[in-house]
Amino acid sequence: MDASLLIIQTLNGVQLGLLLFLVASGLTLVFGILDFVNLAHAALYMVGAFICASLTYALGNFVLAVLLALPLTAVVGLVVERTVARPLYSRGHLDQVLATFGLILVFETLAHMIWGPAGMSVPLPDSLNGQTTLPGGIQIPTFRLVIIGAGLAAAGGLFWLVNYTRLGMLIRAGASNRTMVSALGINIQLLFSLVFALGAALAGLAGMLIAPITEASIGMGHSIIITAFVVIIVGGIGSMKGAFVAAILIGLIDTLGRSFIDDLFKLVMSSEAAENAAPAISAMLIYIIMAAVLAFRPQGLFPPKVR
Amino acid sequence: MTRQDWIAVIMLALLAVLPPLFIWTGQYFWMDLATRLVILAIAASSLNLVLGFGGLVSFGHAAFVGLGAYAVGIPAYHWLYGGMDAIAVTNGFTQFGLAIGVTAFFALITGMICLRTRGVYFIMITMAFAQMIYYGIVSIEEYGGDDGLVIDTRSEFPLIDLDDPLQLYGLCWVSLLVVVLFVRMIVRSRFGMVLQGGKGNEERMATLGYNVYAYQLVAYVISGAICGYAGALLGNFTTFISPEMMDWTRSGELMFMVILGGASTLAGPIIGATMFIVLEEVLSSWTVYWHLPFGLFLILVVLYIRGGLTGLLSGKKGEGE
Repeated sequence: MDASLLIIQTLNGVQLGLLLFLVASGLTLVFGILDFVNLAHAALYMVGAFICASLTYALGNFVLAVLLALPLTAVVGLVVERTVARPLYSRGHLDQVLATFGLILVFETLAHMIWGPAGMSVPLPDSLNGQTTLPGGIQIPTFRLVIIGAGLAAAGGLFWLVNYTRLGMLIRAGASNRTMVSALGINIQLLFSLVFALGAALAGLAGMLIAPITEASIGMGHSIIITAFVVIIVGGIGSMKGAFVAAILIGLIDTLGRSFIDDLFKLVMSSEAAENAAPAISAMLIYIIMAAVLAFRPQGLFPPKVR
Repeated sequence: MTRQDWIAVIMLALLAVLPPLFIWTGQYFWMDLATRLVILAIAASSLNLVLGFGGLVSFGHAAFVGLGAYAVGIPAYHWLYGGMDAIAVTNGFTQFGLAIGVTAFFALITGMICLRTRGVYFIMITMAFAQMIYYGIVSIEEYGGDDGLVIDTRSEFPLIDLDDPLQLYGLCWVSLLVVVLFVRMIVRSRFGMVLQGGKGNEERMATLGYNVYAYQLVAYVISGAICGYAGALLGNFTTFISPEMMDWTRSGELMFMVILGGASTLAGPIIGATMFIVLEEVLSSWTVYWHLPFGLFLILVVLYIRGGLTGLLSGKKGEGE
């Protein structure tokens, strides 16, 4: 286990954690304020990636494509909110889960019809495509640093928005008592729509950032949505701070576990047994962590104070 | 018997009569569909026990199906290729016993953690645990990992031969009948009353002195074991198992069957599974994009048909959630 590999894997873990935060923050925002479980978040992640891919080809510029795809994904989110989500706010979580599951099927089939069954790779401009040398002589793909930077910027922007703006004040007020907020003359429906669109844009951004690495594909949201669930369960559903801490934690544990758990196992068992056990354990590691957290704190690490 | 019970009887009777007719008229394709339908109905009935009657929205039941199927596939694999002598058998009683035992144990361990939480936490955690099993199986290369595993020999029972489609179907049908009667017995027992009471108002049941957690845990274990049994049947039917069987979208489909047919009714899961199979067949024969109308249908059912089809058929509004 050498130091440069550890540093690279730690950076990869942080990068995964920030992507998870982008997905999880939208989920937890929508759940915290609207009390709505949105499985279709996975579909919005995919839609963001595909729109961005198409725009990259049309405009020839990835950065421009991201900037244009963000509002477009938000609009898709608005349409979902108006047509399917709104009638379900007063229903139970079971209905919400099933209907948004249906939405995933609809979106994925639409993506299949529009963009075809194969995935779509997203070419990066040369300036983002190379390697960067970190202090200490460690080489890392520039784009991974871009993801980390963009993820941190989005997280910072979100914290600023929620804690220091009028909209953020309304969002926090809506999370603690939505009836009171609407009684004070705030257009709560508009607030809900904005929050939903914001969540969609965040999920879309995560999809756009990952697309140049993995390419945009139809089932791409399936696994990240579950990991994002694990993140918000560990962090405490509805808590922004919890989502951030848990996302970084889960990202690091998952990445480092996959790279180093066999070395750890070799310390306590035979090398052959370690080789056999390590892949299964590292694949299940974050769920085991989740179970351990829940066994001690059923409400997650940072349960929101209200509700 | 209530009107809902009659619907269940009619469905079971139809399922008893039609498939032999398919065989005699050489319609093996329809026979296959009927077998899958009956197995899915068993799995959906097990989910209905916790979801419908217990109010516990489990989004991870596909993991039980998958574990049950692997409990048939892994012993058969070792029987053929050696290794793991303790479980290398083709004996059906051992394999099915293993399926029930493993899934009951998994349900016990995860249930103990999941049931400490409520509502949306419970949905997400059951989903996450199912995904854990999914990734666990994917990472075990010996059993095919992502690609799955072909089951070369079906479970062996005395007197019946599962290689014969009609006999396999017979076993599935009898299993469904037993499961439906078993669920009916549970629901009408004192145990079932407490379970349903916990769904209605947990605090009231706790105040009355019941340990609701224990009742829910037992129900969850029973449900998981039945679902594992369905998985063992499914493994014998498809003779091919893969992690894809326990993808979370499969869990979603099982939930859809229960809700479509009508949660907390005996006939609901059977009708739901039937509708699901019919829709899947009809739509996918029209277009490769059949998930689009299917997804729209799902959304419309959730938005407008509360209480499911059994609720519509028996003229009585079921429970919406």
